[in-house]
Amino acid sequence: MAFSFFGGIHPKENKFYAEGQRVQPFPEPDVLVIPMQQHIGAPCKPLVKKGDPVTVGQKIGDNQGLCVPVHAPVSGTVKAVEMRPHTSGMTVMSVVIENDHLDTPCPDLTPRTPEEVDKLSPEELMNIIREGGVVGMGGATFPTHVKLSSGIGKVDTIIVNVSECEPYIVADDRVCQEYPGDVISGLQVVMKILNLQSAHIALEDNKPEAKRALLSEIDPKTGISVDILPAKYPQGAEKQLIYAITGREVPSGGLPAAVGCAVFNAGTCKAIHDAVYDGMPLVRRIVTVSGDIVMQPMNLMVPLGTSFNDLLDAVGHSQNPYKVLSGGPMMGVAQFDLNVTVTKGVNAVTILGAQNRFYVANPHCIRCGKCMDACPMHLMPLMMYQAERKNDLEELKALNLLDCIECGCCAYTCPAGIPLVQSFRTGKQRLRDAAPPRPAPAPAKS
Amino acid sequence: MAAPMKYFYELTVSSSPHDHGPNTTQTIMRDVLIALTPALIGSVFFFGFRALLVTMVSAAACVFFEWGYRKLMKLDSTVYDLSAVVTGVLLAYVCPVTIPYWCIIIGDFFAIVVVKQLFGGIGKNFMNPALAARAFLFSWPVIMNTWVKPGIQNWAGLLSTADAVTAATPLAAMHLGKLPDASLLDLFLGNVGGCLGETSALLLLVGGAYLLIRKVISPRIPLAFIGTVAALAFLFPQGNDRLTWMAMQVLGGGVMLGAIFMATDYVTSPVTKWGQVLFGVGCGLITIIIRYFGAYNEGVSYAILVMNACVVLLDKVGRPVKFGAPKKEAAK
Repeated sequence: MAFSFFGGIHPKENKFYAEGQRVQPFPEPDVLVIPMQQHIGAPCKPLVKKGDPVTVGQKIGDNQGLCVPVHAPVSGTVKAVEMRPHTSGMTVMSVVIENDHLDTPCPDLTPRTPEEVDKLSPEELMNIIREGGVVGMGGATFPTHVKLSSGIGKVDTIIVNVSECEPYIVADDRVCQEYPGDVISGLQVVMKILNLQSAHIALEDNKPEAKRALLSEIDPKTGISVDILPAKYPQGAEKQLIYAITGREVPSGGLPAAVGCAVFNAGTCKAIHDAVYDGMPLVRRIVTVSGDIVMQPMNLMVPLGTSFNDLLDAVGHSQNPYKVLSGGPMMGVAQFDLNVTVTKGVNAVTILGAQNRFYVANPHCIRCGKCMDACPMHLMPLMMYQAERKNDLEELKALNLLDCIECGCCAYTCPAGIPLVQSFRTGKQRLRDAAPPRPAPAPAKS
Repeated sequence: MAAPMKYFYELTVSSSPHDHGPNTTQTIMRDVLIALTPALIGSVFFFGFRALLVTMVSAAACVFFEWGYRKLMKLDSTVYDLSAVVTGVLLAYVCPVTIPYWCIIIGDFFAIVVVKQLFGGIGKNFMNPALAARAFLFSWPVIMNTWVKPGIQNWAGLLSTADAVTAATPLAAMHLGKLPDASLLDLFLGNVGGCLGETSALLLLVGGAYLLIRKVISPRIPLAFIGTVAALAFLFPQGNDRLTWMAMQVLGGGVMLGAIFMATDYVTSPVTKWGQVLFGVGCGLITIIIRYFGAYNEGVSYAILVMNACVVLLDKVGRPVKFGAPKKEAAK
């Protein structure tokens, strides 16, 4: 059953750049910079210090609370533990590893046979997933074990998100085409943990190859179905996808579990498979390196900690980049320093040329209402913009600014060229600043 | 040790999204101008070349006042968004073809400077500039109430209408409770007396269809407007022939021009879906009330102006329910 969510837009997909490119292993760089913050939650504390030797898959950072560990993708020596630039625009404590190119595996890694996996309890599986450093790999990087443990008993529908509605990006598409077995086996681990007999894999109709690959691997007895949705941005937004598959509306401010749903990215499923069966933690991910000025768009299996500079070198570009984005053009973060490195949530690096420049110095809203027609959250972007300009915080709250998912549909469609999303981010920050300080959190247990 | 900077590119950093759709204010206004063209061609056919000249003078004057005011006040230029051209063309459309040039230029000044720019320019005015200027021009009632009989004879004068035969408009007859002399077909094609651009329902509908296909306007306001006029005329006919009366009310006067091009003006109409429906219904209702009970036989422009003043209220009524709102709250 497929519903169509309200609003949305049809930006130029531009997927053809990298669509047909097989995933290639990226030559391991000599130096990797691994940030200790690669997920939503508490940053990891480094477990290694300068001069320590590290091995492939060795845990190099961990913390308590809402946190997953970080591992070394290569073997070598820790060169430094210091603040380094991060794709978020901040500097983050990072472990710098000098690669010895020996790929000495960490002795703790334990592959498991399917029989061994079958005997594991949900708690043991979730612990393996946590220790494997698995987070949501669509970009939100929410710790997967937390999503699983909070979903037990509440979730009745599992959705694997392969909608990948962002232009240029084909990473999930390629994962499904080239590792369909891994995706499905990871999904079956999720089904086992949540004790469910069925699951949906949601694809947009522009991915026929991925559909074919998945269907050829799915055993009809497993209860996994492949749902095809008409391509529309932002189909991959969690709330919109849940509505499109089930017709349920995640309540404002609530989590998908509130309507019995849990959504996992295809790459996350593969990471779960790797952690559970191969015993290999999340240390590599598929990154689409594409863009309209890229000479050779590629899908690369990149070790986490590889710098954007190295990726730009690999693909080449025909003119000086105008913007380099971590992610796609709709929601990606523009980078100013290409020494930032690939983290667990970076599904693409998009390199755009100067022809993408679009800037209106003095935008005048003409009240056309196109932003309202495009807003998948049924908000009133033009009114929110006015309220933000006037710094009217009460009005911003009344207009449900905090429900904005920053998908960018309004700004994309705005004929006046108003930077609406930028204004909403500012407005949200003002609301946060004005909010009374939260009561001090209770000291963390254990 | 900081990592060495490998390359130096002048990278631009901005908030997402980094892509923009094909629409700009200019493309939208261009589409409106394209949609207005069939009616202009029809007007030249019925009323002679003076129709074209009046329209061009009006558009040029509007652009001049827009440019001049922004320049004088040291503001950014908004000439290139073409909105002033649209205002100029629309004002010409709601004036008689015989209007003297000095008169329409005064109207253009009022529309652009008083109604639009004094309120802050494009997007800030609360009344439709063209219609407000038309209301202002009724300070010269004789000029604004001279109607030319359409036909080939207007072509002889080429540029002047000095020899034109004056005629009554269909609405004047209907105001007296009679069906006009013109046939329904004449009304549909536009072969009747009336304002420069309002007579041909057919050509205005062609333009409206273009706007709908290009998604410049939504059908909500035009349908609600025309539907209300039709329903009220059908329910309260004057004379025996209910259906003909209804068709005459819809096709005669400025209903088509008003519903398709004036009431849908972005700036002065609601943005919410239900607000737009109510806006259209209100326009239709006031149009019929003025036509039936008013001293003046045409009500469309005043109906739209009155409803323009209600837009803020209508948008409050029509505010959408956000995604994921609790169902109880949604029901309230």
